[in-house]
Amino acid sequence: MSSYPGTWRRPPQIVSDKRVRLALQLGVLVYLVLALGSVEVNWQRVSEGLERGQRFIMGFLQPDFSSRWKDISQGLTESLTMTLTSTVVGVLVSIPFGIGASRNIVPRQIYVFCRAVIAISRSLQELIVAIFLVAMFGFGPFAGFLTLSFATIGFIGKLLADEIEEIDEAQVEAIRSTGASWLQMLNYAIQPQIMPRLIGLSLYRLDINFRESAVIGIVGAGGIGATLNTAIDRYEYDSAGAILLIIIAIVMVAEYSSSYLRKFLQ
Amino acid sequence: MTQTLPREWAHRAPAQRAILWLGWFALVALFVWCWQIMSKDTIWAFVWDAPDQALDIGSRMMPPKWAYLPQLMKPLWDTLNIATLGTVGGVLIAIPVAFLAARNTTPSTTFLRPVALFIIVTSRSINSLIWALLLVAIIGPGLLAGIIAIALRSIGFVGKLLYEAIEETDPRQIEAITATGAGPAQVLTYGIVPQILPAFWSISVFRWDINIRESAILGLVGAGGLGLKMNASLAILAWDQVFVILLLILATVVLSEWISAQVRKAII
Repeated sequence: MSSYPGTWRRPPQIVSDKRVRLALQLGVLVYLVLALGSVEVNWQRVSEGLERGQRFIMGFLQPDFSSRWKDISQGLTESLTMTLTSTVVGVLVSIPFGIGASRNIVPRQIYVFCRAVIAISRSLQELIVAIFLVAMFGFGPFAGFLTLSFATIGFIGKLLADEIEEIDEAQVEAIRSTGASWLQMLNYAIQPQIMPRLIGLSLYRLDINFRESAVIGIVGAGGIGATLNTAIDRYEYDSAGAILLIIIAIVMVAEYSSSYLRKFLQ
Repeated sequence: MTQTLPREWAHRAPAQRAILWLGWFALVALFVWCWQIMSKDTIWAFVWDAPDQALDIGSRMMPPKWAYLPQLMKPLWDTLNIATLGTVGGVLIAIPVAFLAARNTTPSTTFLRPVALFIIVTSRSINSLIWALLLVAIIGPGLLAGIIAIALRSIGFVGKLLYEAIEETDPRQIEAITATGAGPAQVLTYGIVPQILPAFWSISVFRWDINIRESAILGLVGAGGLGLKMNASLAILAWDQVFVILLLILATVVLSEWISAQVRKAII
């Protein structure tokens, strides 16, 4: 009679070869040792900073909205207006790019060109674009507006193009067979199919643009980020805490309302 | 009696069209209003001047200063470390948070779950650059601030996706494990973990890929890595060096995206 093992071990799920697993584990260990070794930490500075950290947490718990309220409200207005205008302009510009990047309705040359523009816009981070645009257009929310519009083109353009490539071809054929031109086909066959998705994506991008508008101010592109940067530079942690709380609150409201609206539209 | 039918076909009824038109009109009005507030202080002379500025910067960027590349290898290694160690740290904290936030594994829905959800929301709504800005002010410039900033931002992302994955697990498998008389820890290891493991790895690798992008620019606020060199080059207006750094960041980002796509394809 064969004896059964008394215990059972779950077989590994992802890497089933034992040697590969061992090599992976060793590699990870070696990397961690090397990486942790290259991190130089000035512990004295860290311990000095802990007191500041404490002050920051106190500032977060007792935010000071009033003493810098003028700066905060100005930064906030800039951020909010920048968010809205850049989303509107970005979406308007990204619609032709999105249509141009759909392989099923345009010729090859246009497709390649539009996909290239989208790829460039997607691979450059907002902050880097902002640095260049601030250098070109000067400080202030206008550079931020351009940055966010540019970033919106890549985001909406790509998702819209993917959506158009997956539409129901039967409807396009039906409209075409009535003798419709290319523009009529776009208006009556494609636009009704993608409109709910486009509105949903625009709302989502509105939400992202607000978050980003809080960041690009650090390099001088206006908005609440600039106010936050100033507050931290002045070591006014209670004002910084107030700004962060406002950002968190707006992001939460934007996220919930945009997901609610998207559900409502679908 | 014959009912008069409209001669032209229209997509919507007149009332619907009026509402739609009003909606668009409101949007346009809001846009114009926001535009006026936003561009109130814009100095238009700078804006019209922009093409010249762009040409000027472009000419300074050419040719890129390739001799600067060897000096960038150490910052590149730092950037990779910030992203990787930050991801590891963030994931380690995100795991317990995700289990506390998931409706089917949380020990208390009334108290612990809201706390976990609040941690996730706070971490998600603040960009890693802002975390870095704070941490540089608190613990001083350097890699550590960058690593913690990346970790803090990753908690929310990984935690949210992971707790959704936990909530989507198949309850029958968990029931089957419970039916064998397994304790809570055994249910976790044999019922839940195997179901979420592929999602877990794919989320972590995805976040690592995003973190590489973010850690490249964290140095702009002093948190180490390539951004630090970029900041230094920008300060002395050495656009040819900036261009080299940009190309290096772009190459790293493309490579990490490729790696992450391959790994995720292999797992799923």
